[in-house]
Amino acid sequence: MDWEILSISLLASAFGLGLGWAAKRFRMDADPVVEQINQLLPQTQCGQCGYPGCRPYAAAIASGDAEINQCPPGGTAAIQALADLLGRDVLQLNPENGQEKPRRVAVINEQTCIGCTLCIQACPVDAILGAAKQMHTVIESECTGCDLCLPPCPVDCIEMVVQPAHMADWQAAMPVRRSVIIIPPPITPTQTGLL
Amino acid sequence: MRLPAKEQAELAGQRLYHFHGGLKLRHNKKISCQQPIRRSKLPPRLYVPLLQHAGEQAKALVVLGQTVLKGQAIACFELPEPGLVHAPSSGTVTAIARSAISHPSGQEGMAVIIKPDGRDQWCDLQALDNWRELDPVRLRKHLAESGIVGLGGAVFPTSTKVKDAHDKGIHTLILNGAECEPFISCDEMLMREEAERVVQGALVLQRASGARQVIIAIEDQMGEVWDSLQTTINNSGQENIRLVKVTTIYPEGGEKQLIQVLTGLEVPHGQRPTDLGLLCQNVATAAAAADAVIEGKPLIERIVTVTGPGVNQPANLLALIGTPISDLVAQCGGYSQQAERLLLGGPMMGYALASDANPVIKAANCVLVLSSADLATEHEELPCIRCGECARVCPSLLLPQQLQWDLRNGLFDDATEHGLSACIECGCCDFVCPSHIPLTQWFRFGKSEMRNLTEQKEVAEQAKQRFEAREQRLATIQQNRAQRLEQKKQSMQDKQAQQQKIAAAMQRVQLRSDQQAEQDVIDRANISSTSETDGSESANDEHDSNEDKTS
Amino acid sequence: MTRKFATGTAPHIPASSSVGGVMRQVLYALLPGIATHCWYFGPGILLQILLASLFAVGFEAAMLKLRQQPVLTHLLDFSAVVTAVLFALCLPPLVPWWIALLGMFFAIVIAKHLYGGLGHNVFNPAMVGYVVVLICFPQTMTQWLPATAPGSWSVGLWDSISTVFSGHLPLPLQWDAVSQATPLDTLRTGINSGRTVEEIRNSAIFGDFGGRGWEWIANWYAVGGLWLLWRRIISWQVPVTMIGSVLLLGMLAFLLDSGSNPVPLQHVFSGALVLGAFFIATDPVSGCTSNRGRLIFGAGVGILTLVIRRWGGYPDGVAFAVLLMNMAAPLIDRYTVPRYYGK
Repeated sequence: MDWEILSISLLASAFGLGLGWAAKRFRMDADPVVEQINQLLPQTQCGQCGYPGCRPYAAAIASGDAEINQCPPGGTAAIQALADLLGRDVLQLNPENGQEKPRRVAVINEQTCIGCTLCIQACPVDAILGAAKQMHTVIESECTGCDLCLPPCPVDCIEMVVQPAHMADWQAAMPVRRSVIIIPPPITPTQTGLL
Repeated sequence: MRLPAKEQAELAGQRLYHFHGGLKLRHNKKISCQQPIRRSKLPPRLYVPLLQHAGEQAKALVVLGQTVLKGQAIACFELPEPGLVHAPSSGTVTAIARSAISHPSGQEGMAVIIKPDGRDQWCDLQALDNWRELDPVRLRKHLAESGIVGLGGAVFPTSTKVKDAHDKGIHTLILNGAECEPFISCDEMLMREEAERVVQGALVLQRASGARQVIIAIEDQMGEVWDSLQTTINNSGQENIRLVKVTTIYPEGGEKQLIQVLTGLEVPHGQRPTDLGLLCQNVATAAAAADAVIEGKPLIERIVTVTGPGVNQPANLLALIGTPISDLVAQCGGYSQQAERLLLGGPMMGYALASDANPVIKAANCVLVLSSADLATEHEELPCIRCGECARVCPSLLLPQQLQWDLRNGLFDDATEHGLSACIECGCCDFVCPSHIPLTQWFRFGKSEMRNLTEQKEVAEQAKQRFEAREQRLATIQQNRAQRLEQKKQSMQDKQAQQQKIAAAMQRVQLRSDQQAEQDVIDRANISSTSETDGSESANDEHDSNEDKTS
Repeated sequence: MTRKFATGTAPHIPASSSVGGVMRQVLYALLPGIATHCWYFGPGILLQILLASLFAVGFEAAMLKLRQQPVLTHLLDFSAVVTAVLFALCLPPLVPWWIALLGMFFAIVIAKHLYGGLGHNVFNPAMVGYVVVLICFPQTMTQWLPATAPGSWSVGLWDSISTVFSGHLPLPLQWDAVSQATPLDTLRTGINSGRTVEEIRNSAIFGDFGGRGWEWIANWYAVGGLWLLWRRIISWQVPVTMIGSVLLLGMLAFLLDSGSNPVPLQHVFSGALVLGAFFIATDPVSGCTSNRGRLIFGAGVGILTLVIRRWGGYPDGVAFAVLLMNMAAPLIDRYTVPRYYGK
């Protein structure tokens, strides 16, 4: 009887010490889930999800405040990836947050622009160049197509255009089945090329 | 004992090795080799695409209505290295517009459209007579300015490839004459009829790349080619050019496979043949390089095999770049009754064109017209039965069935791990698949999808960094503002405290002077009247207001 | 004048083989073995093949219809017939007709179509069907006939048909008089009752290596299998390692204790080992796909077969061994992914 009590308490204290040590040794500074979720988001920073940027949305998903289907730029591919990561069910994109659209860039009509700097302040990724009373322009390669510069513009001189696909980046089409045999449908994350 | 890779590579061609898999295909080459190479007639319009090379689309250097001479530069590009595109004949630029450009995507692209004047008048040609003594850098620049790109199909600018080779100090130049795809015979005919140009080109490229030896690899069934090339090499008196016959197995003409056959080495994943000290060039590229350097002629024409069951009189034509394919077929007796599909390239790796308005481009080695009996469309696709035939024939040692499973299920990471990027899209797996799964197309799709995903990831990462930088900047600004506010507050407080201190000091002074005054008064009272005290007070007030101003 | 063409993706020339072609060649390769089977055991086996094929095709058609697949395309891939023939070749020649029905139901409906049809089954369908009937009707499944010279079959053609459809032998034949245990069964009961292999092998049912008749059937299966190898329908890895591991392990056992272990060739030439090595374990769908994986797979089947024969509850273990290795196949495949070019 004594032996049992002794050995059990010894074991328990050994495990306790071990756990305590592990908790100190392998302590995580930040919540890794938020970072992982953030990696899967398209970083458009458009706020269509209802949060001021991708990281806040990631944090909201991690804490369970937000669903995984609120990101229109990420679309079905992002939802699929999030569902895989978090072990949740795949959902349809919530139409309240918007529609999945091809990648676009903002273009400023330089004739109309009055140089008010409002769009510069609205741009979440500093992709607009310009100064007060000077014409503004968008750095095409940096623009995420978030639409956030549209509302503040007092003269409506900003237009969103679908980026023309480059000839050298043409995309091979997914094979079409030559018969009607049904096999689990393939998942296509992007499929946005020329074809 | 096994030698280090680079040394073993130097023994290239002394012993022949095998590569994994491959197919023995019916050659179908004889039908287009019956007649000598003919020069194609000058077409009514030439459509010169601005994208005929690997890289960015070229910019036009000519304007509408401009008269151009044959061989004049009409467009230039910067990437991967500066290069030029030339007018195939003299005439007038009638348009610079979107048109069919024989692109694998089937899309239209920009082309310079020239109406030839029929005189075929050359511009001033700049030959490099002393090329044997010239600096390789000068030679490479000339190649780029002559628009020389790889004519085997990859159309990578030759000067860039040669530069890479020279920088890495290669020892062997391999001229690839192993034209392994069925039906195509343009390289065979070139080597048969114009061996001189090929050998000269070999020497030019050898000079430009700094290689010590040259190996010309041909297939064992090109009998006449061996004779003509060997005679030419013997006549040239060059001892470091060797002719090697390799067994005909598809896809032996693939760069990596040819290297494996000649050296027994695999090009390590993620590296290039130049890392083994080898440079591979197509024989037609060499011939074009010879023209460019010795005669000063830029790349404006190439030999095109026009063949297949859908063409009445198959032949090899020397065609100007930009000649519409319909013109070529018309010169070969037109389409036969069975013509069903138009291909640019061979039946295994070529791509289908939607119309014969597409022009001849630098990559066009073959115009193949197949009949419906030759086509694969009749078969229905069945599920994979994992028979493993695809893996047996894969020259890249992949498991194609595993890869297609990965891709079909969107498991792109798994596909990468299983070596998707090592696929050379030769089509061997498709050909042997009993379930008729379009494996190669899956791999093409997978590769472009992966490229897309990587690009997206990069864009997202960049956006994230910029967003975070902006957030940080805004935070810093906010913090600075708060700090300034704090400082101001602090300084106000400090001032007040100082004022208080001064006031207190003044008070003390006052007090003391009051006491002094009192004492004086007492003293004076002791002596006389009290009139002095008012005057000292007013002096104190004046001092206070001075203090305010200075602070 | 320009001309428009329909497009398509490379390669443009048609494939050189088809699933139907592969399966038909497997059937041709079985013919010599089947003929020898008839030679020694009478025409019962033909009846079983016919019945099993009919049931298999029926179930296959029904399931395809149910799963909304093109029925004719899939029937013409002959995979159901191959399953049926392999199943029938494992049956005693005179088992009642419903054995084939039950076996084919489990093979085609459960093991094949419920797992997703052609190409998706985890287990070898023929072996699933066989194991189901073997476990459910052990008595029936041991009613083997003695191997005799042709013409002197103990049960003739018409008697066979009547037995298969009625379930009992026509008078005056009696099961006790007609049937005979298989050599493997005899060996097993003999060893269990304490006799030595030497004594047991004195019985007339044993031939030079394996059982009388059985060894010749195995020989002709092997000939068919070699033809498949030459035609590149199957790869050498599975048959070689499967038979090789049986020989090696059998030799070891024989050297250690020759009293209760027969010479290794006896193992190879009795039971379904050769049939299994060339036709069953080589099933690509449920087996391994990389070459190294196939080596392991074949060796595994061989070793398990021997273990079951020696220590298990059944005289032959090929079917169980194949099913057990089917389970391990995905794992083996995962760990035997070959190196690719340049890696």
